Amino acid sequence: MTGHQAYTGIPRWLYGLAALAALVVVLPLAAMAARVNWANFLPLVTSEPALAALGLSLRTSVASAGLCVVLGVPLAVVLARGRFPLSGLLRSLVLLPLVLPPVVGGIALLYTFGRQGLLGGTLEVLGLRIAFSTTAVILAQTFVALPFLVVSLEGALRTGGQRYEAVAATLGASPGTVFRRVTVPLVLPGLASGAVLSFARSLGEFGATLTFAGSLQGVTRTLPLEIYLQRETDPDAAVALSLVLVAVAVAVVALAYRRPARPAGNKATTRPTAAAGPGGGVT
Amino acid sequence: MTRPRKLPALLLAAVLTASLAGCAGKGTAANGSNGTLAVFAAASLKSSFTDIAERFEARHPGIAVALSFAGSADLAAQISQGAPADVFASADARNMAKLQDAGLLDGEARNFATNTLAIAVPPGNPAGINSFADLANSGTRLVACARQVPCGAAAASVAEKTGITLRPVSEENSVTDVLGKVISGEADAGLVYATDVRSAGGRVDSVPFPEAAGAVNAYPVAALAGGGNIAAARDFVDFVSGPEGQEILAAAGFGPGAT
Repeated sequence: MTGHQAYTGIPRWLYGLAALAALVVVLPLAAMAARVNWANFLPLVTSEPALAALGLSLRTSVASAGLCVVLGVPLAVVLARGRFPLSGLLRSLVLLPLVLPPVVGGIALLYTFGRQGLLGGTLEVLGLRIAFSTTAVILAQTFVALPFLVVSLEGALRTGGQRYEAVAATLGASPGTVFRRVTVPLVLPGLASGAVLSFARSLGEFGATLTFAGSLQGVTRTLPLEIYLQRETDPDAAVALSLVLVAVAVAVVALAYRRPARPAGNKATTRPTAAAGPGGGVT
Repeated sequence: MTRPRKLPALLLAAVLTASLAGCAGKGTAANGSNGTLAVFAAASLKSSFTDIAERFEARHPGIAVALSFAGSADLAAQISQGAPADVFASADARNMAKLQDAGLLDGEARNFATNTLAIAVPPGNPAGINSFADLANSGTRLVACARQVPCGAAAASVAEKTGITLRPVSEENSVTDVLGKVISGEADAGLVYATDVRSAGGRVDSVPFPEAAGAVNAYPVAALAGGGNIAAARDFVDFVSGPEGQEILAAAGFGPGAT
């Protein structure tokens, strides 16, 4: 908690607009919550298909978040620290899933891992069938969630600066040691929030999954797909399950942003102590 | 220092602009006052209703038909939430009944077409499907609609009547999703409507099966009481059930809807 007394006041009208912005998000959620059939809420969210969908969603999202960490950490480090031509282009490409409609991602995945896809023939020969399997769900989720981890982590790496890494290197640490002992601990909060965000994005994945993985209870029908299907015949069930997803999302966001905002400058962690000047300095 | 922090902000801005741009232009309400007739029709009617609307406009100068296609359940939900529609054409009786019960129809709904199930297979029928029973072969990757949507309900009823247990690898939300999985070659077979096979052209082959006659789906159409153009809406319903509408529907593979 710093800076309770602001130097300058905020114009009054900003509060009005800010309230409006908050309403844009909160009002529809509140309207949905108002429609929940509380009398049947428990039976609706604990029905067999609902539990199967919730379980599948949680399992696949954990797996996807794990894959995002394994693949995204090296990518973020290379993007933030590496020096190579066209790194800007690579960054733009990697972040593309953030702005692409997920259904486009699904189509792209289909033409990559599908039976007639780029790798499909090879995979089929190896006895691997991806389409209509839980693996397809995880691939779709990883595709859409990876940028969240990369953006969070790359931001943390860049604002963290390279002073400690430079010092460690001058003290004789190898690049591998520097990465493990200095870089990773420094950006741990950024990594954690990136992982949580990619988990959350995976949990909400819908379009790419529907297009690429199909929809079968217990195998590929995640919670968002179950909601979409229930809406056809049982709006009460759809609303109840939506509320479950909202609750999980709220918990996840709270977890990701529990720390006092994104650390500006060097406050990310206190472990390496050094004279930390404001503003990152020049390295 | 400022550069890296701009990145997320820029991304956010890009996302916001993209999503707003996507919504713009859709909100123009198509309601009766200026000679516009808003027709909400099931997705499977897309090509035939596009033709029908064109002919209808030619016959009724001054009326512009605005078509909106989606799943019948979606459309019924939109209409009951106050979407400005003059005519509703559903792919099943259930969704029409919802609006009837809510008192939103102008008079009775009328069945104007029927659709039967067909088996769609990739060209050349690689899995060798020759009958409905073949769909249950082990190793056959069948894709069908979920029971909650009309095409899935029809498939389930055929399966029940024949005593064949289907084990689809995926139960899709719409018949177009099923067709897409067959066209892309992901599925060995898909249970779709006869009209879908027709509209897919040569991209899928069709395996007819006699059991399909046991689960015929009727399509009802009705003018809506809340529409701003009731006279034109009634004309449109008549036109769909009339000779010209029926001819277009028959060409798309629909059966006659006389009941």
